[in-house]
Amino acid sequence: MTMELDVFVGNTTIMDEEVYQLWLDGYTVNDAVKVRMDGGVMEECEASADVLLSDTMDQYRTFQMCERLLHSPSKLGNQLLFQIPPHRQAMLIERYYTFDDAFVREVLGKKLSKGTKKDLDDIGAKTGVTLKSCRRQFDNFKRVFKVVEELKGPLVENIRHHFLLSDKLARDYAAIVFFANNRFETGKRKLQYLTFQDFAFCAGQLISNWTVGAVGEPADHQRSFRFYMDVDLDKEFLQELKELKVLITDKDLLDQHKSLVCTALRGKTKAFNEMETNFKNLSRGLVNIAAKLTNTKDVRDFFIDLVEKFIEPCRSDRWTAADIRLYLTHYNNSAHILDTFKHQVVWDRYMGVVKSCIFKMYHD
Amino acid sequence: MPGKLKAKIVAGRHLPVMDRASDLTDAFVEVKFGNTTFKTDVCHKSLNPQWNSEWFKFEVDDEDLQDEPLQVTVLDHDTYSANDAIGKVYIDIDPLLCSEAASVISGWFPIYDTIHGIRGEINVLVKVELFNDLNRFRQSSCGVKFFCTTSIPRCYRAVMVHGFVEELVVNEDPEYQWIDRIRTPRASNEARQRLISLMSGELQRKIGLKVLEMGGNAVVGYLQCFDLEGESGLVVRAIGTACTLDKLSSGSAPNTNTHMHPNTAPASNACNSPSKDGKEPVFGEDLTSSSGPPTPFRALPTTSSSPPPFSPSKPCSRQSSSSDTDLSLTPKTGKNTCFFYLQEFPFFTLTSFPPGFLVHVGGVVSARSVKLLDRIHNPDEPETRDAWWEEIRQEIKSHAKALGCHAVVGYSESTSICEEVCILSASGTAAILNPRYMREGSQLELEPSPPSCGFCHIPYDELNMPFPAQLTYCYLCRRQKVPDVLFTTIDLPPEAAVTGKGCLIQARLCRLKKKAQGEVNATAISNLLPFMEYELHTQLMNKLKLRSMNSLFGLHIQISVGENMLLGLASATGVYLTALPAPGGIQIAGKTPGELSNEHHILTIQKRINDTIAKNKELYQINPPELTEEVVGSPIPEPRQRSRLFRSHSESSDEVSELDLSHGKKDAFVLEIDDTDAVEDIHSLLTDAPTPTGFYSCNTEIMPGINNWTSGVQMFTSVRVFRLSNANLTNQGLNKIFTDLCENLLKSFYFKLRSMIPCCLCQLNFTVAVPEEELIQVTVTAVAMTFDKDQTQEKTADKPPTKGGSETEEQLQFPLELCADSSSANCQPTSKISAASVDYGSFADRCSTWLELLRLKAHTMRRGSVKTISSLERCSPLPEGRSRSLRSSRSFGGSSVTVVKMTPLSFLPGTRIIKYLGIINMFFIRETTSLREEGGVSGFLHTFIAEVFSMVRAHVAALGGNAVVSYSMKECMLMENPNKNQAQCLINVSGDAVICVRETDQEPTPSTTNIGHTSASATDEAT
Repeated sequence: MTMELDVFVGNTTIMDEEVYQLWLDGYTVNDAVKVRMDGGVMEECEASADVLLSDTMDQYRTFQMCERLLHSPSKLGNQLLFQIPPHRQAMLIERYYTFDDAFVREVLGKKLSKGTKKDLDDIGAKTGVTLKSCRRQFDNFKRVFKVVEELKGPLVENIRHHFLLSDKLARDYAAIVFFANNRFETGKRKLQYLTFQDFAFCAGQLISNWTVGAVGEPADHQRSFRFYMDVDLDKEFLQELKELKVLITDKDLLDQHKSLVCTALRGKTKAFNEMETNFKNLSRGLVNIAAKLTNTKDVRDFFIDLVEKFIEPCRSDRWTAADIRLYLTHYNNSAHILDTFKHQVVWDRYMGVVKSCIFKMYHD
Repeated sequence: MPGKLKAKIVAGRHLPVMDRASDLTDAFVEVKFGNTTFKTDVCHKSLNPQWNSEWFKFEVDDEDLQDEPLQVTVLDHDTYSANDAIGKVYIDIDPLLCSEAASVISGWFPIYDTIHGIRGEINVLVKVELFNDLNRFRQSSCGVKFFCTTSIPRCYRAVMVHGFVEELVVNEDPEYQWIDRIRTPRASNEARQRLISLMSGELQRKIGLKVLEMGGNAVVGYLQCFDLEGESGLVVRAIGTACTLDKLSSGSAPNTNTHMHPNTAPASNACNSPSKDGKEPVFGEDLTSSSGPPTPFRALPTTSSSPPPFSPSKPCSRQSSSSDTDLSLTPKTGKNTCFFYLQEFPFFTLTSFPPGFLVHVGGVVSARSVKLLDRIHNPDEPETRDAWWEEIRQEIKSHAKALGCHAVVGYSESTSICEEVCILSASGTAAILNPRYMREGSQLELEPSPPSCGFCHIPYDELNMPFPAQLTYCYLCRRQKVPDVLFTTIDLPPEAAVTGKGCLIQARLCRLKKKAQGEVNATAISNLLPFMEYELHTQLMNKLKLRSMNSLFGLHIQISVGENMLLGLASATGVYLTALPAPGGIQIAGKTPGELSNEHHILTIQKRINDTIAKNKELYQINPPELTEEVVGSPIPEPRQRSRLFRSHSESSDEVSELDLSHGKKDAFVLEIDDTDAVEDIHSLLTDAPTPTGFYSCNTEIMPGINNWTSGVQMFTSVRVFRLSNANLTNQGLNKIFTDLCENLLKSFYFKLRSMIPCCLCQLNFTVAVPEEELIQVTVTAVAMTFDKDQTQEKTADKPPTKGGSETEEQLQFPLELCADSSSANCQPTSKISAASVDYGSFADRCSTWLELLRLKAHTMRRGSVKTISSLERCSPLPEGRSRSLRSSRSFGGSSVTVVKMTPLSFLPGTRIIKYLGIINMFFIRETTSLREEGGVSGFLHTFIAEVFSMVRAHVAALGGNAVVSYSMKECMLMENPNKNQAQCLINVSGDAVICVRETDQEPTPSTTNIGHTSASATDEAT
């Protein structure tokens, strides 16, 4: 029985979480009805296909009407059109902003521009996410990006405040925004083994240690707002990183560093020999990455550099994760004992992040 | 009593972007009352403007205060061109005119535009100061309280029930004025909205005057309707029951002391004259009496033309055309009815009554009349319309008299209009009310009649029955006679003894009609009406038997007229009254009882019917106590009495042949299956799907047999329009489509609300319409309420359900999340508001603060005894109105939206109404010229209904309320033109705004009383 018109409006807006998910996943009404039928919801209440279709259409319409509000979630709380209990509102928002890891992995670090949007159907085909869902996710990234881009203060806090997301989701969005803003390269074949969560972790590390926001709001208010934000890396810090070059350019320092590390490591690991042989190479790799970070281009290559200069050599020598941990800990700590090395603070700020990033990224 | 109206515009939010260049808006506000207009400053470049205006003061007569709404218009300032309107808010001042209702209106209102819908919100503050002025000749009726609720409102006591009040006002419809050709649709819509608002204000004022004249102070069961008569004008009419109400101190048992007042001042009805067109109703037919089922059901269609389609020929018919009817209502039983003589129309719009008020119930009385609309020439003298209704009411009155009754209760009136033809309908339940209630203080001397069965006893004379009924001695008291079936339009009296549960019973019918004009059309329609009434009645009867029940409550029969068809829909709640005899089964017989093949077929059908009856008995838990068969009475029913399915009239004229009724006299006891109609009937009987497990449904206030409601409440409105695609439809085909439409709607509800199981759909109100030639529209408003399953097994016959009383027991197990988590309330300032320190800037906040405070108190107070459940426990789709307290968007200072519950019932389970804030009566028009872009006609209507809900909620919240009871959608008129990408819709809703608090203990705690008290005093202080 096809209806010219068929609506159902409750004083409290009725929303079925299952249908909401189907809508978010970009199912058409008919596909959604099929999925629901297969799910056995019909037996629940002696419903017929007609009933299911009518219900699904109704819910889809409701979601479409809500979508405008979901674009600025704070409005959902004090709008008057739909009476939705707070915990349901939270669910609606959280689900709307939830994304597929497979999808985000594809656009991570890309410019959130029209150009990328055009490629969405390819991405959709590759990841098995419907185009509609891809668009929603992409638009969410873009929307969040646009709102927090110009805001001062902690990035995660800003996202959570403006989009009323859970802490976990806000952190993920912070990572996406951070990657998009700094255009980190994540698409190269060598980086394919890394998941979104790996990158999100690294982004978290970078945000909380390498940005201006990380060191707290500076006392002097002469700097522009832009500098207080943690969307961008701390330019001064990147400049200071150049000073670390001394660790590899000064031959004595390099040797001294090596012997300190080797002394500490000897007998503690099977990979000791490889560590000893590779020390200079690895150290050069890490310090060079640091020194080059003033170039925007090299910032983009940060992760690929970490993989090429450090992770791959270690992996080819079959270091275990524990080996990596051991090695990097001593590598970091030994630098403090070098009496001629004066850049302890910068070194720690650099190595702290690199260490945890490598730990996270060192897997198959 | 002139007064001063004060309004203040505080702020706006979520405004639409009006300037594309800046993506912002330069908004200002015009505040208009009567002919006075004030403006705020322009708030430049903001979508969330803060005007914080001064107090705009209007000095006006209270007459105007009652008639006019306050009109708030938000505009976008434009330096070079005309200012663009963003939208409007109409605020009804009426609740502020009554000292017992709200004292301030303050809150966020959706800004509404008839073309664009809701566009942002505006925070407005309104107050009224009334000056005392004892003018005897005043035209206003400030202070008369209005209630949509059709029972004595919860926190009042009826001191006196004065009786029927009615009024109607007419005007030209702005849509049909010449100016409409040159003005914009928006201007036209706004003119209409404003006019209707004015008219209903005026109507309410006039009714109020009548009430004051009668010595009352309130109108209960106020029912206001619009008739959009098109070219011929616009009619706003209302009926109600005038009462004198006393506010109860919180907690004492309501509804106990009611005295009828021997009122010597009849309703001041100017139109006592007989109908002016001189056309008397030309035929009257007691359709059900000659051969119909033996129920006290009477219908009388009258017409403005045409000869009777069949001649009345009954042994006991009351030929009731107004010309030959003795209109003085002298019941044959000769009971004391002196009071009722004095009233012109002893009608009551109430559907439930204080105990002891209702003595006997006779049965349903109804009357219909087909009229041709003519232009209303002089709006100040709406005599024609008055005379029409007068005529109908006289009919009803005479029917009641025929049933030996002196009063009509559960009375309502309605119309159906198509082009220039209008069907006026009225129905009610003939009843005898307790005459002893006339004197004060006499409630102690109540007749010692058995409380649970008294109303079932026949009011008419056994030897001179108005129709052939099977009488038996009452199965409860064994002393008085009862009929075998009882149909009524009222709610089940709380004291009634019921076996098992009730259920919704619907009869649906479509009849094709030839397209015609004027008189011919009216004649054709009035010829069809009696057949439709008869068919509907037969269907109801059969379905009742099939469910093994013996009475109907809340019966509402709607007949809707379209250009080429008539739709009939009868809804009622079937119940097994313990006092009445068990219904018989249904017997099938063949036309030619010799044929073997037929015989087999009949047997199969008979078996199916018997199985269904057995199944239904189980489903509705109908196990009447086995009685010794010592039933005495004139005609004694057989233990297994057969139901009668009549396919014949004793006589029928040639004209009816197109109606597909079988002719000639046949055995009235059997259903002959050779008859195609009969096959249809059986089919429709058996295709009515039973409600799924866990669901019950009824169209009355409460479900007979369920009395342990929990707090889950979900009110909803659903609209479906079906387009008949098939050009050559038969009556049968149409019937099938219509039946499926209704059945599928019900199925959809069950499915959508499945998470509320166990649950009951209450006050299921179906409305049918034929908006265009090939369209059938069904609109349903109802409420789903959860109940505690474990207690339903209780034998309810011994323990009659009471609407209010039993709610408390389950409270301890199912605490209602009425109000916010205390954390949000806690952070509000807890100081008391004193007038001296009122900072007007933050006034709105303060007002919400005391409400919040109130809730907080209610919350903490009950915390001691109640376990609170987490509001996150329930998942999709959820029952209405859980906790509030959204502390989201910091951009607006942590404001949150008050949860407003809505229900068509007069109560909210688990709560106590502590204050009635006034009547809500709103009329909206919405139009679009971009139908496709708005998601088609479904998207358009979905948005509109949601908008209407939100505007109702906002007004209630602004009055300080948290719920609407007795909510109803009286009109939902949709016109569409998909080819032009256009649609227009009119919606009229009404209800009572209330403050309710969670009920805690069996006995009212003093703290609750205090809350009710403090809330009132706090409000007073604040003003």
